[in-house]
Amino acid sequence: MLWAEGLRHAFNGGRVVALDDVSFSLTAGQTLAIFGPNGAGKTTLLKVLAGLIRPQAGSARVAGGRSAIGWIGHQSHLYGHLSVRENLLFWASLYGVPRAARGARATDVLARLSLTDRAEQPAWSLSRGLVQRAAIAKALIHDPQVLLLDEPFTGLDLAAAGELRSLLGALRGAGRVVVLATHNVDEGAELATDVAFQVRGRFVQYEPRGGRGPAEIADAYRRAVGETGGGRHA
Amino acid sequence: MRELWRQAWTIARKDLTLEFRSRTAIVSALVFTALVLTVFNFGRDPTAVSTLDLAPSILWVTFTFAAMLALNRAFQLELENQALEGLLISPLDRRSLYWGKLLANLAFVVVVEAVGLPLFVLFFNVAVGHVLLPLLAVIALATVGFVAVGTLFSAMVVRTRFAELLLPVVLFPFLLLPLTYAVQATARLLAGRPLSEVVGWLRLLAAYDIVFVAVASWLFPYTVEE
Repeated sequence: MLWAEGLRHAFNGGRVVALDDVSFSLTAGQTLAIFGPNGAGKTTLLKVLAGLIRPQAGSARVAGGRSAIGWIGHQSHLYGHLSVRENLLFWASLYGVPRAARGARATDVLARLSLTDRAEQPAWSLSRGLVQRAAIAKALIHDPQVLLLDEPFTGLDLAAAGELRSLLGALRGAGRVVVLATHNVDEGAELATDVAFQVRGRFVQYEPRGGRGPAEIADAYRRAVGETGGGRHA
Repeated sequence: MRELWRQAWTIARKDLTLEFRSRTAIVSALVFTALVLTVFNFGRDPTAVSTLDLAPSILWVTFTFAAMLALNRAFQLELENQALEGLLISPLDRRSLYWGKLLANLAFVVVVEAVGLPLFVLFFNVAVGHVLLPLLAVIALATVGFVAVGTLFSAMVVRTRFAELLLPVVLFPFLLLPLTYAVQATARLLAGRPLSEVVGWLRLLAAYDIVFVAVASWLFPYTVEE
């Protein structure tokens, strides 16, 4: 459902390498957790997968195109003067959700994110954690086949983070493909079917998670990052 | 094509809802319009320069600068929480985004003009009743032209540091033609010249609209790519 082949991308005239020969493919039900230090190129990779950045080499493809992608990034993409429900209906319309189904779809997603009692509040009045929940609701409004998540746990309290983990687990069970990028191994390790360590744009390790727990993955990550001298670019 | 228009309408409706809720730009534009017309009205010496000589230029200076507020705001709305990024990830056709913004900007400018024109008539005591239809045609054609180009440039400059300053500068060369046509046509209409003298200017405005709406719609997708 998602293919990336030989992706390369650099900024500042080639001085900052964000992607260096990144290749992988994911099928239904797979969740890839990409761990890497700040500046490793995780966000660039997700933007390339989403079609926001055209890579300088290689190609990426998502089955179903843009309509199949749900995105949670550093920003919520919410309009402050629209209510949470109005925001969801707006995005549902852009993603081609049939008019008759939009209301029910919004109600369902709001309930899954425990936002029902906040539905009519303008987005500007929400706290940081609630904004993040609303952003997740926005990403799910069109029932995407592929979810691209960039540090999705940012701003969530423990309970909300737990709910998000449950939600992502359910989505994986329903055959969705999830790509999750984070610098925090504890947050994403349990969800993943596959784990990649990205350092200076390159996947220095990519393998199925197997039976490894967060602690083992964290050890492997520290070794991988240590061996390559960290993620910062020269 | 139907999907393109459906998406464009979704964008336009959202922009107009946001403007209706926040009322930031429309209030500024209306106050600006009233202020400029008031200042020009009391600042001129009617014995030195006749009203009819000044009025067309004043009308178009007012409309153009008020429209600039709409154009500046069009894509700044999308910077809030990086909504523009969300729009570009979504399956939204880039041309729909352009047409949606164009529709919302036109609605905004039409409201300003609907308030500005009666104020202009009131302050400058010019009779427009007998030329109202052709005058509205001039206003409509000129507005479509400069808003079409302005919407394109608004998207181009929005991610720069001095977008509000830059927009009028880059837009200026493209405003010269439609504004010149509009001022010439308005001057002839207000002076009571025969309509045959205005038809040529109307044709030029229509030609400008066709060319620049088509070019802007074609170029727009390239301006929003990262």
